[in-house]
Order: sequence, then C-alpha cells, then structure tokens
Amino acid sequence: MQADEDKSLDRKDASSQDQPRTLERSLSTDDRVYEAAAVAGGLSTLVILAFIGLFLFVRSSLVFSQVGLGFFTSTSWRPDASPPEFGIVSILYWTVIIAIIALAIALPVSVLTALFLVEYSPRRLRGPLRTLVDLLAAIPSLIYGLWGLFFLQPHLVGVARWLSDYASFIPIFRVKEPTFTGSAFIVSVVLALMILPIITSIVREVLEQTPPGEKEAALALGSTRSGMVKSVMLPFARGGIIGGSMLGLGRALGETIAVAIILSPSLIISPRILETGTNSIASLIALKFGEADELSLSALMAAGLTLFVLTLTVNFIASFVVARSRSGAGVDA
Amino acid sequence: MRNFSQVQDATLPADIPRSLRSWRVDDFSLLIGTAVAGISTTWVIYTALTPATGKTGFFLIAYLTFLILYVMICALELGRQTAFDNLWTVLTWSAALLLLAPLTTILLYVIVKGFAGLNGDFFTKDLSATGTLDSGGGAAAAIVGTLQQVFIAVCISVPLGLLTAVYLNEVKGRFRRPVRMFVDAMSGIPSIVAGLFIYAVWIIALGNVFSGLAAALALSILMLPTVTRTAEEVLRLVPDGMREGSLALGATRWQTTYRVVMPTAASGLITAIVLGVARAVGETAPLIMTSFGSTAMNANPLNGAQDSLPLFVYRLIANPFAAQQQRAWTGALVLVMVVLVLFTIARIIGAKASGNRR
Amino acid sequence: MSIDLRESREIDTEPMSGTLIADSVSCWFGERKVLDRVSLEMRPLTVTALIGPSGCGKSTFLRSLNRMHELVPSARFAGRVLLDGEDIYDSSVRATTTRRRVGMVFQKPNPFPAMSISGNILSGRKLSGMTTENPEEVVEVALTRAGLWKEVRDRLDSAGGALSGGQQQRLCIARSLAVDPEVLLMDEPCSALDPTSTMKIEETIREISGRVTVVIVTHNMQQAQRVSQQCAFFLAAENQPGYIVEVGETRKMFSNPEDSRTEDYVNGRFG
Repeated sequence: MQADEDKSLDRKDASSQDQPRTLERSLSTDDRVYEAAAVAGGLSTLVILAFIGLFLFVRSSLVFSQVGLGFFTSTSWRPDASPPEFGIVSILYWTVIIAIIALAIALPVSVLTALFLVEYSPRRLRGPLRTLVDLLAAIPSLIYGLWGLFFLQPHLVGVARWLSDYASFIPIFRVKEPTFTGSAFIVSVVLALMILPIITSIVREVLEQTPPGEKEAALALGSTRSGMVKSVMLPFARGGIIGGSMLGLGRALGETIAVAIILSPSLIISPRILETGTNSIASLIALKFGEADELSLSALMAAGLTLFVLTLTVNFIASFVVARSRSGAGVDA
Repeated sequence: MRNFSQVQDATLPADIPRSLRSWRVDDFSLLIGTAVAGISTTWVIYTALTPATGKTGFFLIAYLTFLILYVMICALELGRQTAFDNLWTVLTWSAALLLLAPLTTILLYVIVKGFAGLNGDFFTKDLSATGTLDSGGGAAAAIVGTLQQVFIAVCISVPLGLLTAVYLNEVKGRFRRPVRMFVDAMSGIPSIVAGLFIYAVWIIALGNVFSGLAAALALSILMLPTVTRTAEEVLRLVPDGMREGSLALGATRWQTTYRVVMPTAASGLITAIVLGVARAVGETAPLIMTSFGSTAMNANPLNGAQDSLPLFVYRLIANPFAAQQQRAWTGALVLVMVVLVLFTIARIIGAKASGNRR
Repeated sequence: MSIDLRESREIDTEPMSGTLIADSVSCWFGERKVLDRVSLEMRPLTVTALIGPSGCGKSTFLRSLNRMHELVPSARFAGRVLLDGEDIYDSSVRATTTRRRVGMVFQKPNPFPAMSISGNILSGRKLSGMTTENPEEVVEVALTRAGLWKEVRDRLDSAGGALSGGQQQRLCIARSLAVDPEVLLMDEPCSALDPTSTMKIEETIREISGRVTVVIVTHNMQQAQRVSQQCAFFLAAENQPGYIVEVGETRKMFSNPEDSRTEDYVNGRFG
C-alpha cells in the first residue's frame, strides 16, 4: 500500500479547466402560462397570510388608539365602562394555561399510543387502529364540545371534587368556591382529546423511521423491548415528539367552539384550574361577537391578531424543530 | 447439472416448529390476578378510607392500584428487567384503549341523543314556521346552506390548492421552501381568525352583507392547507420516470402535468378534496361572523344571512326548550354521519389508489 | 470433525464454557422453509466459519443461535440450540439472557450515533441489566480487545457515529465484548469495509478467539482460510431449504475436502 500507487491514479492531463455552460430554458406559451399560474398559486398562500395579518391590524387600530398598549397590560374587558376598558392579559393567561394542561395530558398518552401502534400492537390490528386515530381527528370540534359538556363534564366533576378534597396539598388543586363545572380542568381534558390524534400521528410517523440496524443492535446486546424503545426509538424520535407537541399546542391555543361551549367565562387570573371560570381568546371572540359595538369589534380584532401571531409563531417553531431533527427529514407535519 | 439438493435422510428426526411466544398462560393469569386485586383494593380505599363519588374516580384509582401491584409482583416473580418491560407493555395497551374509549362514547352518545329526531321533516322543512315549543319543522335551511357553502368553498380552494401543490412539486419554484413552511403555518390558523379576516375584508371593507359566499370564503381558507398538503404528498408519489418519459417524448411541462401526472394521482387528489370537505363541513366558528345563521330558508348564497348545519346545532343547543335541543342533537348526528361517510370514502379511494400502484 | 448427534445423545454435563451446539435446527419464514435440520458443533474458543453461496441460510442459521431469528413476525423454528449444554429455546430461558451470552456483530456497523464512544461501550451492559462498578476500566478493556483503544483513547466522549466504517465496526465489536459474552456471532462483518479495515478486524478476530467462541459468516473464502479453524459449508438448491454439506478443519476443507461439491465451491467452480 504505497502512496505512489495512489498518485498514478490521477489524470495525466489535470491542467485543462472547464467551466459549466449556462443553460437557457426556452418555454412554449403553454408552459409560460402554466408556470406563471403555478407561481401565483404558490404565492397565494403567502399573500393570504400577509393579508390576514394586515387586515386584522388595520381593524384593531381603533381600539389601540383608545386604549393604547394598555391592551396588553390590562385584565379587564368592559365595553360599557366609561372609558371602555379592554385588556387581553387574563384571557391570554387562560388561553395558554388550558393549552399547556391539554398538552401535559395528551403528550404521554400520544407517545405511548404511537409506540403501541409501531411496536407493541399485534400487526394485524395496526391498520384499523391507525384509522381510528385518524377518525378521532376528523370529528368536528362542535361535537367534541357537545360531548364534553353533556357527557364528560358530569363524570369529571366528581374527579375534580375528589382532587380538591384530598389533593389540595398541591396548590393548583385548591378551590375557593366548590363549583367545578366549566373549569380549566374540564376544558383541558376535552382539548387534550382533540390534540391527541395530531401528536400521535406525527410521533408514529417519526418512530416508524427508526433505523432498524440500531434497534437490532440493542436487542442483540440483550436488551428487552422496552429497553430498546427507551434507548433507541425515543431518542431518535425526539425532534418529532417536540415538533408534534408544538403543533398540538398550536391547535389547542386556537380551538374555538369546543371551548366556547364548555367553559364558564371568567377574567380572573388564578391558579385554581379545578374551579369554575376560565377563558380563551378564540372563545371570547366567538361569544362576544354577536353583541359587539364598533369599539368592541375592534378589540376583538386585536385579540384575533394576538391569537394569529401566537399560533403562527408556535407552528413555525414546530416545523423548524421537526425539520432539523434527526428524524425530521421527509416528515410531513 | 450439479445436484445441490440434500440427500433425504430418513433417520433424521422430524422437525416440528416450536412455540416461541414470549407471553405464556402464566403471564396472563398474573395480569388478570393483579387486575382483580386492584379492583378489590380500590373498593376498600374508595368506600372506607377516602370516600368519593362517581364511577370515574373508582376506575382511575383501580387502574393505579392495579399498575402498582402488577409492577411489584412482576418484580418479585420475574425480576426487575422483565417487570419494567411488562409495565411498558401494559402502559402502551392502556393508552390505546384510552384513545378508543372516548371515540366510541362520542359516537354512541350522539347517536343515542340524536336518533329520536330523525324523520323526513328534519330534512325537508325549515324552522321559519315553528314556534319555540313546537317539535315540527327541521333543518332544511341548514342543510341547504351547508351544501351551498361547502360547494363554493371547494370551487375556490381546490384549484388554488392544486396549483400550490403543483408549484411545490412539479414546477419546483424558487420559493418552494418558504411556501411549504407557510402552508404548514396556515394549517394552524384558528378557525375563528379566518372568520374574523373575512368579516374584516368582505363585510366591513367591501361593504357586503352576511352571506353564504362570505362563509365559503372563510371555509376555503381553512380547507386550502389540507388540500394543498395532501395533494402535494400524492403528487410526490408519482414516479419521476413518468415525467421524464413524457418530457422525452417532447411534451411541454404543462402537458406532462395535466395529462400524465394528474391522472396518475387522480384518486389521491380526490382523497385530498374529500378530506378538505370533511374539514369544512364541521367548522362552526368562522360561520358566526360570515353567514351569521338564520331560521328561514335562504337558498341564495350570495345575499343574506344563511343557516348551516353547524350553526344550527350551536344555536339550538343553547336553547332551554327540549324540542329545540332535540333538533340540535339530531343535527349533530347528521353532521357526524356526514363526516364519517366522507372519511370512509376518502379511505376507500385511498386504499384503492395504493392497491393499484402495487 | 462433526459430532453425530444421532448416536451420542449424552451431552457432556460440564461442557467447556462457550460451547455452542446446534441440534437439528430448521427455520421457516411463514410457509417457506429456509434451513433443513442443520446440526453443527461450534467448538469453544475457536473460530468457526460458515461458508457457502448466498441464499443458503447461513445468516438465518447464525441468527437462530442467539434468538434473533424469532424477531421476524412470521419466523418459525424447530430443533435445539445448546449453549453449554442448556437449550436456549427452552421456555424457562429468557431470550434477553441468551443474547447477552451470545453476542452479535452485524454486516453494516450500527453504533448508536447519539451516544459517545464510551456511552456505546457501556450501553450494552446497561441494556442487559448489568451493573458496572468501574466503567472506565470496562471501556478501556473492551476497546483494547477490539483493537481500537489506541486510536480513540483521547476522544472517548465524541459521538460514536463520527468514526470511519472500520472503526465503527470495531466499536461494535467492543460494545459486544463489554457484556462478557461466551460466544460472538459475526454476520459478514467485513463485507462493507475497505481492505485495510478488513485486515484490522481479522486481526481482532484472531485475538478475541482466545476469549470467546467466534462463529463468522463470510463470503470471502480467503478470509475463512485466514481466520477460522473449523468450517461448515452450506448449500441449497433453488427454492429449497439450506443444509450443511460438510464440516471440518479449515485446512482440510480447502485442500482435501470430502464432498465433491465442497471441492467445487472452494475452487471457485460455482458460487
């Protein structure tokens, strides 16, 4: 193995240089129109998004001119006061709280379900189970709201009461007033159910791409199946799990009707999630739209703008995380 | 010709496949035994130690007790490693069952509550002639509204979505990556924001009235990302060989896309459309501020407030009178059935498509 | 030198550690039989090479020796595999224990890319439930035995996936050695590597065979001659299950085999 042999493999005429030519595309009229139309279609998404931001901003200028940046610091929402007060802080607080609790409930269940679909379930059941998960995603939000309010709530109220009685050493489980309906807890449970299928699908797709060689290596070393899952599959899927969670979070932040049907609106910021009284920007807009005067409408537009920016940011970060992770290559969020 | 076959040796023992199952009868009896123990322990805890109400609490505590007992006994009998392995198996099974339970209860609950109101009138009469206490009349106005609005939304979002998918996958323009990011971001738009946007543009800025068309515009914003992404996935599955073959024969890119790629992806594209429709049919929030809803029939989607099925349900469920609530439940049942049917159609078309490819 | 198991059912009750005996092993994938009643004794602390044309079931046989075969959903198995006299397929024996005692190195190196080099070495012990009193010593010993210590001793914390192909494969060998197996199975470990790395791995095989029994599947007949003391020649007719034609001392197999098919194969007349 001598260096001379390597050298002899080089080209003898390495001195001449060549530059690539620029290739011109000459398109027929057909193709020019086609490509222009396609570009227009592609850019339409950007345009729509930009317009949404623009119009909401324009429409909220009225309330900003009246309340100024106090909109982002005040907790009251009183269109009938003089002067009228509009503040998004407590609504934003509750929006984020119910989304986070929903994620906290949904994430472990989603990851476990995805693992079940990929590793632990009998092979023949996998197709039907996937279909059922997709079916959960297809059920309209309205139906979730109805079911949550009329069927689930009575059941959960008992659990909430028990928690507030016996688990009140944990601060968030305490209540000042023993009314448990329309609480952040119940809304979050229903939200968790709604975002479960989203997270499960993404995590499942990502888990399926685990390199089989690494799985085999772990098993051949004497690992149990769960050991292999913990040391190979879950680390590999980390990006997908985070990305999926953020997408679920984004969905929970923007969910409107199910929340509007169940909740009992309140503007008080408190950590007591078991107690009645919670809120969300989306449900605020839905519930207050009917009786809104021009100023209130502008305030709702401002709230909508806030929600738009919030969900857009969360979704962008999510796609970024999934795309950059080891498992993200080629995964459609 | 060389003979590579093994000489059949009759004195070799016959071979019978062995059972290699990892879970044996023992393991199942352990599982069931601890489940029973868990339930009985919970009974004691529940009634004597910390009295609580409701079946839900009972099941929750029973499950937790079962888990703890199971892990302990597994660890004692089979060793720590196996105990944890079994625990994970139980947890994943539990998660899957946990997912199934709400799905079944949702469907059953809606069916049970809505079934009573299913009759011909529901589909043919509207509510303009019925008083608040009457039980006649139906959702005809709402159904007509939904059909019209969804149809218009499809006419808007499908061409746009297909064009975008074509841009992303066939034309492969320079802005491909940002556009794809924005399509993904758009799928996260809260539905209420879409409604607010159309209200701001169409009704305030352009001075129109509430109408089915306005609702359709909002719905198409929500349908667009679904249609685009599914269509793009489907187009991506068409093998490049087909495109190259067409171009090599002298076809323009347009002809290649229109005559070769799209027909191949046809069933997938139809699936994309059906899924978009399934999404649009169930949306409620954006309708509140675009079509507003009404009790009278309005068959003109271009002018005037129009009812639709989700608004119908949303409005009537809040009504204190039993007859109205019954209508709401029946409406919900019809909505669920429509979504289920669309979902099944999309699945069947999708299955046939992948079947054909093999 | 093969044991005729039909006559001597008495297995040595205190066999030397690392004795692996396959007794009438048959393997199926669903309805398709890929191995027909293969029997082979792999002597302790020797290197046994499994040679033969592709598709004869050598890899399947190898994977049945550490119960990896059954990981494929449709896999079926018949016969016995005795490790130190104990049937590893008996229902009282846990597959995970067997796999710790019978390690495996794969054709394509598969270190855990997200773990460091020492992390990789210790991962086997963690995964199989072994406690490690002195991790640094374990890492050094394993890497030395695999012939990799000098090259990576100052970057033990760097990622396991950043090494060259040959180094990765030696890392995998070290990882398998760290759990103190009695047998090491190697499924064409050099076929994805360049000649230099191949040389280094063959050196490693020679060294570790003083500590573990090695069974290696190889398509490279010269490699079989270089590293093994005992050879088993597998063959299969088209669409027929594989079987062993001849077993013997490597030197004899290649210079003076008993079966004409063996002679044809080792002389390159087919395969």
